[in-house]
Amino acid sequence: MIRLDNLTKVFDTPKGAVTAADHISMEVPSGEICILLGPSGCGKTTTLKMINRIVRPTSGKVFINGEDTSSLDTQDLRRNIGYVIQQIGLFPNMTIEENITVVPKLLGWDKAKYRERAREMMRMIAMEPDAFLKRYPSELSGGQQQRIGVARALAADPPVMLMDEPFGAIDPINRAVIQDEFLKMQQELNKTIMFVSHDIDEAIKMGDRIAIFREGKLVQYSEPDELLAAPKNDFVESFLGEDRALKRLNLVKIRDLASEEIGLVRPDDTLATALQRIESYGYVNSIVMVNDKRQPVGIINAAVARTTHGHCRDHYQSVPVVVTLDDDLRKVASLMFAHDMTWVPCVDDDGRIVGQITQRAITHHLGSRYRAHSKGEDNAKAAEASPSPAIKE
Amino acid sequence: MELLQYFLDNLELLGTLTLEHISLVGVAVGIATLTGVPIGIAITKNERVAKSVLYIASIIVTIPSIALFGIMIPILSIIGQGIGYLPAVIAVLLYSQLPIIRNTYTAINNVDPALREAARGVGMSQNQRLRMVEIPLAVPVIMAGVRTAVVLNIGVMAIAAYIGAGGLGTLISRGISQSDPRQLILGAVAVSVLAIIVDYALLALQKRLTPKGMEREAAAT
Repeated sequence: MIRLDNLTKVFDTPKGAVTAADHISMEVPSGEICILLGPSGCGKTTTLKMINRIVRPTSGKVFINGEDTSSLDTQDLRRNIGYVIQQIGLFPNMTIEENITVVPKLLGWDKAKYRERAREMMRMIAMEPDAFLKRYPSELSGGQQQRIGVARALAADPPVMLMDEPFGAIDPINRAVIQDEFLKMQQELNKTIMFVSHDIDEAIKMGDRIAIFREGKLVQYSEPDELLAAPKNDFVESFLGEDRALKRLNLVKIRDLASEEIGLVRPDDTLATALQRIESYGYVNSIVMVNDKRQPVGIINAAVARTTHGHCRDHYQSVPVVVTLDDDLRKVASLMFAHDMTWVPCVDDDGRIVGQITQRAITHHLGSRYRAHSKGEDNAKAAEASPSPAIKE
Repeated sequence: MELLQYFLDNLELLGTLTLEHISLVGVAVGIATLTGVPIGIAITKNERVAKSVLYIASIIVTIPSIALFGIMIPILSIIGQGIGYLPAVIAVLLYSQLPIIRNTYTAINNVDPALREAARGVGMSQNQRLRMVEIPLAVPVIMAGVRTAVVLNIGVMAIAAYIGAGGLGTLISRGISQSDPRQLILGAVAVSVLAIIVDYALLALQKRLTPKGMEREAAAT
């Protein structure tokens, strides 16, 4: 757990005192990733660097796992906090092994232990120990270097990590790969992480919580979905972007919105039955045909059912698309647009139909939080305007 | 042909004088490295001190060597060393300070701030940062400063023959006073050749001292 208590930094500049971080108080629960997000100069990096005293706080306190760090020696404090920076900062005069083991060495581990630890770290970041440990940073690509940077930060197994735009200098394709790898590692490691970013998409992807900064102040500190659904003020709203509703699609799994109710036909049903079901379920274009195992094998077109007689088994088309319950809404929305569908059948791991997800359900879900939010605001305004009991809708 | 004959006849003398020359410059630059590198590192902590130190070192280099020897004669006569070995070594020691201090200062100051921050971030103390990161990274540039000092002072040391310090300058000064072009040319060529050979030898040493992972970067510069 990391807790910041009124952490403040005032820089003395020739133009006068500048408050880079203004009474920042927040708490990151153990095992969570907290993203510090905001435009440049908003104080997010200063706040991060006060935690390991790269920047010395003017006032305020930092607690790690309940312990006030101001009583700790600076070197001891830093050796117990993993630190990853955007410029990577591997020591070019040291081999990969020496880079990874630098903190264990400073902590006085014995040689056999830290050498074994280096191999373990390499396996964790999916790089072959024998191929890389004896090489130098200049021989590695940027993505490989930052993996080593992460390994170096994790080598002494610190409970807390600070990451300052760690993947900012890596090309977009590799960045996505490293982000995924890092999230996978984090699932096992459960570190408490503070992570500075200026990329809202990265923040939504990586963060359990997001802290939005502006001009040295912490403006909003929420979980990503909450942040996107209910931005606290105009600044947060504009920072998140007009398409913030779409960004939420990433955060919601189909499982949360799928309805179990779905109209189906079987190969033995007649087209007349199919047409009747299409109408009764309110479908516009088509209905899914399943086999005995409830696996989708085709769709019956409403137009065909209307104009033709016969059995479904003779008049079906292939199923354009199915999704699983663990896919996110972004994927299903994209598929809906691509295939011009208003609903998509959902299947389980064995390919059996378990329900459907509709465009309506998605828009309703995305909209409900906004409506709740803006309604709350209206009520607050109404309450302000008149001292009489607030008017309910 | 005559010159070649003269060269072969005096091979032994030439060898002795060359060794003398090398030992004079070697001792002086050696001591200069031991003083200049720590000074260069120390002044990175304070920009104002750094400016003054580098300024003084620059002024020293502008003093003509003959004048410097002249100044030292009365001072060192107090301890009976007005001419000869000691003033020669002191002069070279002083002239070597500028390239060595300046290169050390520049090299340490130019260590990538990101590396400095990474070194602090992993919990290295100030001394550990110097020993494990900053000095290893600065070695190529510091060595380049030492090379400059050596080459520069092989020339200066030739003039020290006038105050009886010995070395290859003896041939030159004798050549002039005796109007003997053979000695003059032999001395001058020997000084130049020595400077070139020592420069290459130190370059080889510089490459050996450069940390392995930086060879590629060093080659590019």
